[in-house]
Amino acid sequence: MSELVIEGLGRTFPGVKGGKPTVALQPTNLTVPANDFVTILGPSGCGKSTLLRIIAGLDQPTTGRVMLDGVEIKRPGPDRGMVFQSYTLFPWLTVEDNIAFGLREKGMPAAQRRDIVASYIDKVGLKGFEKHWPKQLSGGMQQRTAIARALANDPKILLLDEPFGALDNQTRGLMQELLLGIWERESKMVLFVTHDIEEAIFVGSRVVTMSARPGRIKSIVPVDLPHPREYTIKSSPEFSRLRAHLTEEIRSEAILADKAH
Amino acid sequence: MIRPFQPVQPQARAMLGIGFFVLFVGVWSIFTFGGYVPRHFLVDPVTMLGDGWYLLTQRNFLYDIGMTVWRVVGGFTIAAAIGVPIGIAMGTYKPIEALLEPFVSFARYLPASAFVPLLILWAGIGEAQKLSVIFLGVFFQIVLMVAGSVAATRRDLVEAAYTLGASDSGVVRRVLLPSSAPDIAEILRLVLGWAWTYVIVAELIGASSGIGYMIINSQALMATGQIIFGIIVIGLIGLISDFLFKSVNRWLFAWRFA
Repeated sequence: MSELVIEGLGRTFPGVKGGKPTVALQPTNLTVPANDFVTILGPSGCGKSTLLRIIAGLDQPTTGRVMLDGVEIKRPGPDRGMVFQSYTLFPWLTVEDNIAFGLREKGMPAAQRRDIVASYIDKVGLKGFEKHWPKQLSGGMQQRTAIARALANDPKILLLDEPFGALDNQTRGLMQELLLGIWERESKMVLFVTHDIEEAIFVGSRVVTMSARPGRIKSIVPVDLPHPREYTIKSSPEFSRLRAHLTEEIRSEAILADKAH
Repeated sequence: MIRPFQPVQPQARAMLGIGFFVLFVGVWSIFTFGGYVPRHFLVDPVTMLGDGWYLLTQRNFLYDIGMTVWRVVGGFTIAAAIGVPIGIAMGTYKPIEALLEPFVSFARYLPASAFVPLLILWAGIGEAQKLSVIFLGVFFQIVLMVAGSVAATRRDLVEAAYTLGASDSGVVRRVLLPSSAPDIAEILRLVLGWAWTYVIVAELIGASSGIGYMIINSQALMATGQIIFGIIVIGLIGLISDFLFKSVNRWLFAWRFA
């Protein structure tokens, strides 16, 4: 069973042209057990993306460390799949070749690759689009492919950095259900960064709220909604209570963040 | 009504493109047949075609064209074969860029035509000298432009590849190269056009064959019709090679035009 331990993790960006250094993330502690779905919620500039990028190995911490199964994370690796907010499919590869990218890098034989790709094409509902280029897909379909591409590697953690931020509301709702469905079936550790309160509650088992400038964890709110969840749960009293509570938490931070600018 | 970026029908596009050639020849005809320009300065289109026919049938001009095409393709291919890998290395690895970029930027401004006397001294008046002029003219441009295109690879694609488990060499082979390949092809198409300028410069001095050699010979004979025919032949070959290059690029990089 995988476990992610974040110990005293901090990140300070050096000042630009003699300016003051920016503290993006104050020393932070967090432990995420296997199969946990943690959403990280906060206003822009609270360091939530920085936290995720350090876990992915794309950025280096100034202090502290991140341990995955007792091993310190130093650089990116296939055990941590990532889905970005911007569309990062390789435009010269078809949908199926994009999904197979990590498998090819592992040196997996073509036949085995084909089976895995086909199963994920099916899971994210992209049947019939295997041979399409990313340019020919809608934003929602591109992000589905990106999720499939990250999952095909069978990572220990799936990291998502506002993956549905650029999608319209209806598509976003469908994508949340799709992701949640996959997680309910596959049980994987998921870290999901968002600034959308409803999204954070709907998909998460725990919501970590962060405060801005300097970024730090403000509270951890468990979401005790039953699984499997459907979109109708968004109108339940328990959901509304959580939304009201988190709205208050985030609102005060957003006001502070706004003043700091 | 012309409005910004409004597309034009394929038929109208072809008509407009051909129309301008017709207009060009028309204006030329008015000036020459109308007697506004003396014949020994500028011949009329019909005389030019006659001179061209004479060159092709009596003076074995096809051999000259063949020689010039061979030199352009040869010099350009050598420059591309060495320049593209160096450009990719510069765009990928910052220490290599730091080492070579200042020198290449300097060398890029050295006029290849000014090297002709030196190259004759070093390489004689044979084919090596012709290829060297073209090489000098295009090599540094290729290196710099390829380096720029590789360096401009989207960072988020590189990061995505790393999170999928790609090694450093995997990122070069499977992200940097395919992502900048269409740009590199475009760069080569552009630079091939410049190679045509340098081949004529090389053939104007110390050559015994080629389109440039014919042009400098015709100057001595005041045969302006032949000179213009030679220039137009170069233009036509350029047009054809450009078209071929574009078609191959569209076929190779279909994902860009999807």
